[in-house]
Amino acid sequence: MSAIDELFRKLNKEQRVAFMPFVTAGDPNLEFTADLLTALDSAGCHLVELGFPYSDPIADGPVIQESYTRALKNHVRVHEILEMVQRVSPSLSLPLVAMVSYAIIFRHGIESFLDQSKASGISGLIVPDLPSDESEVLRDLCDQRDLSLVPLITPTTAPDRVAHILETARGFIYYVSIAGITGERSELPAELADNLRELRRQTETPICVGFGISHPKQAAMLTEVADGVIVGSAIVRRIGELALSHRDSAIQSVVDFSKEMLSGLKKPEA
Amino acid sequence: MTHSYLPEPNPDAKLPSPEGRFGEFGGRYVPETLIAALDQLNDAYSKACSDPAFQQELDHLLHNFVGRPSPLYYARRLTEHCGGAQIWLKREDLNHTGAHKINNTLGQALLTRRMGKTRVIAETGAGQHGVATATACAHFGIPCVVYMGEEDVRRQAPNVRAMRFMGAEICPVTSGSRTLRDAVNQAMRDWMSTVDDTHYILGSVVGPHPFPLIVRDFQAVIGRETIAQSETAIGRLPDTVVACVGGGSNAAGMFYPFVATTDVELIGIEAGGRNEQPGNHAASLSHGEPGVLHGSFSYVLQDIDGQTEDVHSASAGLDYPGVGPEHSHWKAAGRVSYDSVTDHEALAAFDVMCKTEGILPALETSHAIAATMKLAAQRNPEDVIVICLSGRGDKDAAEIQRLIDSK
Ligand SMILES: Cc1ncc(COP(=O)(O)O)c(C=O)c1O
Repeated sequence: MSAIDELFRKLNKEQRVAFMPFVTAGDPNLEFTADLLTALDSAGCHLVELGFPYSDPIADGPVIQESYTRALKNHVRVHEILEMVQRVSPSLSLPLVAMVSYAIIFRHGIESFLDQSKASGISGLIVPDLPSDESEVLRDLCDQRDLSLVPLITPTTAPDRVAHILETARGFIYYVSIAGITGERSELPAELADNLRELRRQTETPICVGFGISHPKQAAMLTEVADGVIVGSAIVRRIGELALSHRDSAIQSVVDFSKEMLSGLKKPEA
Repeated sequence: MTHSYLPEPNPDAKLPSPEGRFGEFGGRYVPETLIAALDQLNDAYSKACSDPAFQQELDHLLHNFVGRPSPLYYARRLTEHCGGAQIWLKREDLNHTGAHKINNTLGQALLTRRMGKTRVIAETGAGQHGVATATACAHFGIPCVVYMGEEDVRRQAPNVRAMRFMGAEICPVTSGSRTLRDAVNQAMRDWMSTVDDTHYILGSVVGPHPFPLIVRDFQAVIGRETIAQSETAIGRLPDTVVACVGGGSNAAGMFYPFVATTDVELIGIEAGGRNEQPGNHAASLSHGEPGVLHGSFSYVLQDIDGQTEDVHSASAGLDYPGVGPEHSHWKAAGRVSYDSVTDHEALAAFDVMCKTEGILPALETSHAIAATMKLAAQRNPEDVIVICLSGRGDKDAAEIQRLIDSK
């Protein structure tokens, strides 16, 4: 059982909904990311999704794209990201989930990337450009190392695919709230709650919702139908604006926002 | 008209596999959001292939709107200039809109209509695919948005104007290297949010399955006509066929019908740019390694972390760090050989073609011409080399003048 499975068991008992911020590794540099991870852990975040900067992120909107560009401009390397994780992970109580393109994993050699990720303290992987049809080999190799390969399901996923994805899901399901790219949205689709209820009927695996969520009220509305909430652009934007000139206030701003999100995330009384 | 323009039974019927694999290459490395649209496209295409009405409509358009068949033309003065093998030109530059790209966009526009989609998006580098898409969309009355890197908007201005005249909306892309690769990224992102009503007309044999299959099939008319025309004009098949390779669509369309005939030599020419150093060329097959880019597993120019490398070519249409998966397969299988030609050599070949033949070729095409000139000089006069003359160079005139002046 991976750290992610244990976490959701515990949260389920406590009737809590997980809050999972996304941060780009190396934006604007890795020392900042290390400090931010520590601060998010102390603030009570349940998991962190750690984005590995990639040159051609097709599923990402401008805010995350620009954070990747900033990190890559500073020549952040994959091995440096893993070394940073290895340094901070022993002192973190939250599990880390890597969000990483298959282009990067393949180039490193699949097994060596997984071995190094495991050794550094990463608990699971989200590979946004590896749909379930292509992921069998990677999943087997992840299973051998007790790394959770988290699948994505979207509003466009056909029912027969959903069934197959659910069968092979590890850790949790990443449910993408909208057909589209990452980025803050003032309104989530009206059918989101129904989509999540339908999914819930089909699986025991925890379901976390991401894409577009930027406001504590949106998160609070999802507590009834989801086990976790993922927030990316709304976090990354707070870093991008401030990180170099006002480092401490950038971290504080993310921590304050995370606490606000966390305060609304309790399962409604049954 | 003696033959159909349409996809015929696949001579290598196993490829791609149902999962879109050409050997180990290809596949679908895209976000889950796009899978439904790719399945829908695959389905629409298989149904269209077995529908005579679809085939008739495409045949009619290719004949009356595009002007097919394009001639196979003996380049007498160019042949004399090189002093060796006979050089013949497959004149895709004479197609409506001046390049091979229209063969694919009309086919995909028909598929758009069959799928009931009401909006089209496309990426473009040289602007030839953008113009061909804008043209097909104007023909069918479908709204069209074209993504184009800011750098390419500058160096291919005549095509930008043509697209706007035809009613297309141009979105300049300012991220990354501001060229073709970034235009593909941006088109894919648009598609992520609009899959319900929008079809993405991808312009080369790249991207996730089924695009490499569909684009190859729509372009295979080039090779099929060449086979029929060679038999009439010279009584046999050519010894060698040469095409330039950006994403690889004109080359795949030319080569595919020849693949089973192993005594015809097939040569693909990539952009050698300034030199062989990373960042100075766009020769993915010659200098790259297998990896993932834009939804497929194929040769790609990337650094040791898997980040896509910047590329350079004087030619906007070859300025791309990846290549179609079927080319990777043909390279691995040893069926096609790939080489590269520098900016400088391509410009010199452009000049010779203009002055010896009165044909102003595209800069992309000039790469294939340069390689052919070198090769022809080493061969006998009985040998026949066919160049896929993929497009005309009017769009490049201003950029070529700028390059000459800046020397
Ligand atoms: C005339 C011409 N030839 C070749 C190409 C390269 O594309 P492909 O390799 O897909 O044929 C282009 C692309 O813009 C082009 O305009």
